[in-house]
Amino acid sequence: MAELTYRDAVSAGIAQEMRRDHNVVFLGEDIAAAGGVFKATTGLLDEFGPDRVKDTPISEQAIVGAAMGAAMTGLRPIAEIMFSDFFAVCWDLVANQIAKTRYMTDGQCSFPLVIRSANGGGSRFGAQHSQSVENWAMAIPGLKVVAPSTPADVKGLLAASVRDPDPVMFFEQKSLYATKGEVPDDEHVEPLGKARVLRDGGDVTIAALAAMVPRAERAAKMLAQDYGISAAVIDVRSLVPLDTTTILEHVGKTGRLVTVEENPRLCGWGAELASIVAEEIFWDLDGPIVRVTTPHIPLPSADALEDAALPSAERIVAAVRQLVD
Amino acid sequence: MEEGFLARTFPSTSGNAPTPIDDDLRLKLYRMMLRARHMEQRAYDLFMQNLVKGTSHLALGQEAVSTGFAAAMRSDDYTFCTYRGHNHTLLRGASMAGILGELMGRECGLMRGKGGSMHLTSVKHGAMGSYAIVGAHLPIATGAAWSAQYRGTQQAAVCFFGDGTTNIGAFHEALNFAVIWKLPVVFVCENNMYMEYTPISDVTAVENPAADRAAAYGLEPVLIDGNDVELVFETASQVLTRAREGGGPSLIEAKTYRHGGHSRADPGKYRPDDEVAAWLERDPLPRYRQRLGKLGIDEAALSKIEAEVEAEVDEATETARNSPAADTSIVEIDVWADGGSAWRN
Repeated sequence: MAELTYRDAVSAGIAQEMRRDHNVVFLGEDIAAAGGVFKATTGLLDEFGPDRVKDTPISEQAIVGAAMGAAMTGLRPIAEIMFSDFFAVCWDLVANQIAKTRYMTDGQCSFPLVIRSANGGGSRFGAQHSQSVENWAMAIPGLKVVAPSTPADVKGLLAASVRDPDPVMFFEQKSLYATKGEVPDDEHVEPLGKARVLRDGGDVTIAALAAMVPRAERAAKMLAQDYGISAAVIDVRSLVPLDTTTILEHVGKTGRLVTVEENPRLCGWGAELASIVAEEIFWDLDGPIVRVTTPHIPLPSADALEDAALPSAERIVAAVRQLVD
Repeated sequence: MEEGFLARTFPSTSGNAPTPIDDDLRLKLYRMMLRARHMEQRAYDLFMQNLVKGTSHLALGQEAVSTGFAAAMRSDDYTFCTYRGHNHTLLRGASMAGILGELMGRECGLMRGKGGSMHLTSVKHGAMGSYAIVGAHLPIATGAAWSAQYRGTQQAAVCFFGDGTTNIGAFHEALNFAVIWKLPVVFVCENNMYMEYTPISDVTAVENPAADRAAAYGLEPVLIDGNDVELVFETASQVLTRAREGGGPSLIEAKTYRHGGHSRADPGKYRPDDEVAAWLERDPLPRYRQRLGKLGIDEAALSKIEAEVEAEVDEATETARNSPAADTSIVEIDVWADGGSAWRN
């Protein structure tokens, strides 16, 4: 085990897979010579050379389209879209082409590719460089959607995404890049579609994703220490496939669910989770399902405003207390 | 070569002579064009009988482009085409009954009814898909060419699109990308002069929508008569050789004309009668038949091909008509590579 930052775990995960499989190639804007605008891909050009680690022009359609064409003809490309907000300029390739072509062709081809992107707020970048768009991807049949919260999961889930035979949208939360954690030195692969239970609890289940996970953990500690409320915390990790088994089991035990979502309110992933819980284990519930989300607004830039908009540990605590008390 | 057409040849860097056009090849080209023509005429008849549902976009009149390229391509090359892609898919080797069956929503369809007219695909024949969002497949073809370059297979990708595509961003992104990485991809603009219902000249800054943009990407402008099947074949052979030898991408503008409207819903009445008449005079099929006659090819050989193609189309039609409706048990399969569509456990 070594302590790595979330950003260094990105290059560690990519390097692990590129060493293993010569068909893994990597392309994106500023990812090679510059090592990425978030410095998450430094060293890869030196180790794997310019045939496998390729800088591209600012051409998101070409980047994602090239990854698709390469994936359908034998390679396993990793494409980077620098900020997830930029998916809006290549969404045809993602949502119409990559996601649907396997189905439309009756399974004649597969698309083993990963599109990584820096997602989410907390960096004071304003409304076009801070969005949480994982729910855009979740709404499209044919895309797998992964969002790690720790350096170890960055490496392990990225490795699994590269090995997966289907297209994976891999959302790195940009405010987590500097965070540190223990990461296995050896080959590390975490299966997709498994939520992780970070903390057991008896009163309420808090389900969170990416940057909301540490906030949910902090909230759970405050709830235990200050209010005697026992909260389970689940890191959802993968929206598609969604580990409903683990989540339903815990919500069934605690009788309450609070989701913590960075995305704006409408059609966030927590709404889907709430509907599954309501349909399938309604009679096990002891209270309403509560969603803590960013309000349904574009994200503001100023630190005071952005902090007020994003779910905080304090808001989670308040939501849980209202539900449990 | 008609007046007003530019032409440019690409000498092979290895000095290989281009494939000579002999009589066998000529008969093959004639048969290929005829198969495409008769299949699409039959598709039209099937619409009129309400046996084809949804929309469909015919390429009647444009057969020389798909034929010339398909005949010049290697069997492991990649074709990427548009929703007007019945012929491109057929001529790479896909089954005619599979194509007609797909149009009719039958079990025997190329994709068993999951794709329809606008998405014909036969990966085992190198027909890597028909793409229904204008421009999308240019970056995808570029990626397939990148893969071929990386794997060192000397395969090439050929990407067909219409004149309207030259005004969408993906066209420009893909061209620039293919040039900077020197990829083995051939971009073929089939300029049929109309962007759906609108003359391309009304909505385009330059006269020749593809050829006049070539210089912006450091490419030679190539404008050819897309109704001359041998010229298309020769051009295709040259640019494919260039691609295989590492010479990078090419952009070809082939001028042609669709005999019908944009889609099933469009009678194409916006086109002046004299323009339509002039282009019907240049219909690639009678034109080539006449040329073959002048070259001394036996009339009996041509008639034999015509009879065989008619029989093939009849048989494919019967196969498709007799095939049951698409099987609903496949609705929820093959979203994922494991064959399923599960999004939760």
